[in-house]
Amino acid sequence: MKQRDGMTLIVKTVTRISVWLILLYGIYIILHGHLSPGGGFAGGVIIALALLNVMLAYGRQFIDRWVNIGFLHDLESSSAALFLAMGILGMAVGGGFLANFISQGKLFSLLSAGTIPLLNIIISIKVSMGLFVVVWTLSVFHLDKGGKEE
Amino acid sequence: MPVETWLIFVLGFMIIGSIIALELKDLLSAVISIGIVGLGVSIAFLLLQALDLAIVQFLFEIFALIILIRAFNGKEYHIQEPSKSHMIQSVVTVAVLLLILILSINIFRALPEFGKPIFSTAKHYIENAAQETGSANIVTAIILDYRAYDTLGEVTVLFTAILGALAILRTRKSNGAAGGDNETA
Repeated sequence: MKQRDGMTLIVKTVTRISVWLILLYGIYIILHGHLSPGGGFAGGVIIALALLNVMLAYGRQFIDRWVNIGFLHDLESSSAALFLAMGILGMAVGGGFLANFISQGKLFSLLSAGTIPLLNIIISIKVSMGLFVVVWTLSVFHLDKGGKEE
Repeated sequence: MPVETWLIFVLGFMIIGSIIALELKDLLSAVISIGIVGLGVSIAFLLLQALDLAIVQFLFEIFALIILIRAFNGKEYHIQEPSKSHMIQSVVTVAVLLLILILSINIFRALPEFGKPIFSTAKHYIENAAQETGSANIVTAIILDYRAYDTLGEVTVLFTAILGALAILRTRKSNGAAGGDNETA
């Protein structure tokens, strides 16, 4: 049974090394969303693909032990509320719904552009957790229908 | 070479890929050749200097390919039944497409030069976005500052879609948790 979980040893080893680099690249894309091409959506998909990579290589049983899917789903749901909270905060402090109320800083520096990096991070959480939870649910559904464990 | 020539080349590549996907009998091979279309769209965005869109399109192409391959892998409907070719149907389709092409020649002549008329809103964004928002990436400045309300709607759509997918897919689990009649359904 241990042998049938996930793919071969080569794939598992490559995944173990590369998944952290993919996650790091996703975080880079998110944090530099206001400086270079990319942003919350692209970085979120990269992180979801990294988690999907682990799920495909190690099998679904491993990912169930590694991360708490219920927690990911809660994170995904609460990030939508966080986006709305940022909008209402802008209404309270900045004088308009979703107003850019934090100081804009120096152009081309990492800590600049006010609320834009924060909104990028919120969107990336939303996209990455949402896409991964949907794929995880699809694989569970496949098992419920009577399919074999792959 | 101008960018239009490259775009026509990529477009032709995409059309060939989709025709191959239609003609292939094996569904798994068809899914892979449909990937040419998404890759072509990504390259077209790259040529049009829309880097943000190119990155997102490329990543979602990988994502869709993984889901489609997992969905079609090892299923009974892997091999499609050979269907009878309807000669009249394809002739009518090609004739109608040719007719539309002939009728729309005037429109192609009247098209403005590529990327030329910059609207006043776009001009304002290009000239003032960096100072007004402090964001060096103008695309991000638009989607998260000028049009942040639109992004909120997008987030809501994503939230609702994922909630709907979870609701539909989870129903069976709560019913069949005790090993119910999944096979007979």
